[in-house]
Amino acid sequence: MLAIEVKNLYKNYYSTKSGNFAGIGRPDLTEDTNPNSSAIYPDLSGGVGGISFSVNRGEIFGIIGPDGAGKTTLFRILTTLILANSGTASVDGFNVVTDYKEIRKRVGYMPGKFSLYQDLTVEENLNFFATVFKTTIEENYELVKDIYQQIEPFKNRRAGKLSGGMKQKLALSCALIHKPSILFLDEPTTGVDPVSRKEFWGMLKKLKEKGITILVSTPYMDEASLCDRIALIQGGQFLKIDTPKNIISQYENKLWAVQSDTMYKLLMDLRANELTKNCFAFGDKHHVSIANKQITLENLKELIEKLGHKNVLIREIEPSIEDCFMQLSQS
Amino acid sequence: MLYAIEPELKDRKMNNIIQQNSNIVITAENLTKKFGHFTAVDNISFEVERGEIFGFLGANGAGKTTAMRMLSGLSIPTSGKGIVAGYDIETQTELVKKNIGYMSQKFSLYDDLKVWENIELFGGIYGMKDKEIKVKTDELMKVLNFENERDKLVGSLPLGFKQKLAFSVSIFHNPQVVFLDEPTGGVDPITRRQFWELIYDATSRGITVFVTTHYMDEAEYCNRVSIMVDGKIEALDSPKDLKEQFNAASMDEVFQQLARRSTRQAD
Repeated sequence: MLAIEVKNLYKNYYSTKSGNFAGIGRPDLTEDTNPNSSAIYPDLSGGVGGISFSVNRGEIFGIIGPDGAGKTTLFRILTTLILANSGTASVDGFNVVTDYKEIRKRVGYMPGKFSLYQDLTVEENLNFFATVFKTTIEENYELVKDIYQQIEPFKNRRAGKLSGGMKQKLALSCALIHKPSILFLDEPTTGVDPVSRKEFWGMLKKLKEKGITILVSTPYMDEASLCDRIALIQGGQFLKIDTPKNIISQYENKLWAVQSDTMYKLLMDLRANELTKNCFAFGDKHHVSIANKQITLENLKELIEKLGHKNVLIREIEPSIEDCFMQLSQS
Repeated sequence: MLYAIEPELKDRKMNNIIQQNSNIVITAENLTKKFGHFTAVDNISFEVERGEIFGFLGANGAGKTTAMRMLSGLSIPTSGKGIVAGYDIETQTELVKKNIGYMSQKFSLYDDLKVWENIELFGGIYGMKDKEIKVKTDELMKVLNFENERDKLVGSLPLGFKQKLAFSVSIFHNPQVVFLDEPTGGVDPITRRQFWELIYDATSRGITVFVTTHYMDEAEYCNRVSIMVDGKIEALDSPKDLKEQFNAASMDEVFQQLARRSTRQAD
């Protein structure tokens, strides 16, 4: 049995904040009833339709994309908090519409926004969530131990007084205390520094080893490699679903990392060149995608030096998920 | 050379002359901020040059925001000294504020005002004349290719548009320095890069950029980078030299090595 199965799921609503289309899948504009005619729609070139995917048991599945891509909408449908316009979804074998009570018993959900009780202490929060699910901290302590022990010295502190990192650990402990079979983590690492992000992914790996299925969303492309499979999402659409390795191997063009003494000019020069499919700054290098596979390192070097660049360094590289995302979102 | 300014020297003209002759736009000297027994910023010293992109990195809770608040005249240092855009951050906070720009991911523009209304509001707050605002708004709309968005509510724009507009508004009054607090969080990778192109363009016009980010590839785009650990600046150099010093392949590695030294139980 699949942990999560989603078929042709479509949700169309208008963000109360922006008045724009938000959601997942492609809207049918002929049925558009939005009074705000200036609303901005995602690209509709692919026609109307919902999204489909499935998550295997014991898998870490990453939903990767920028703000406004539809990540939270998807999480809210799967955790039975909102209803889709059309399509079906099941979680742990239960239908998100008809069996929502069963699903709520079986999933742990950590929303993007800190949603614990700020005026309860660390221990009171954990105890509260254990009680709601008719269990005790003692019963499932083994599962949360590694994470909860890091904040246990502060167990009498109110949750509102915790630092961001500690809040994150408490929220994860509370989402786990009823021993869920599937964990939904909506942007758990957003705004978190790179060191704490690494630590957090270390915790997820340990939970996976304990057999918990994890659906996790993130805007950080570098976290993709830590997932078993990922879906790249933008504008409510999946650009690709696969293992990070397969997505990288399907990158269409040859990719080169290029450096010179004048990096900004190099970026402009490379973009202006007709051989270039696209060119983006990547840290201290530029990544140039070139469709013509006949072009060699020497060809490229000659071409760049001719444009007046000094100390030119070129290397053929394997694309990162971020390279893939940019190429897919442009095509 | 700016250290020579006496605290009692408050003659704005004099300060401006010193500023114009100086290539240093931000000076922090033993800057410290304590909250009770907790030292959030611990004796930091550095200088930032005109037109530089200065990356201000550190783990959550390292003291970046507190330091930035002091440098932008919003918080008075417990001890130490700072000069920003030629003005003392302790005694001339209003002049500091007039001569800097600020943008963060969390707050930038008013969603329920139109694009041109936001520009007029911020231009007005910074004391620009109506005519100047009008001329510069026309210019800006052209440069950003925003002419069709001019009369739209900012809330209706996609995030990427909003962020570009917010940055442009933060430098609309042509400040000497702009402070950017995690300006690119959550935006898609292409927009993130377009945003950095706007930053390069601003520095080419002499604006100094002071920026915090959690994206380590963006640290590489800075001329120099400082890394704060537990309130202190533990490293400060160009990305290239930092990578050499720490024998690291990327700024991410440098950051990981330094930030792991933290003993502060912060976030």
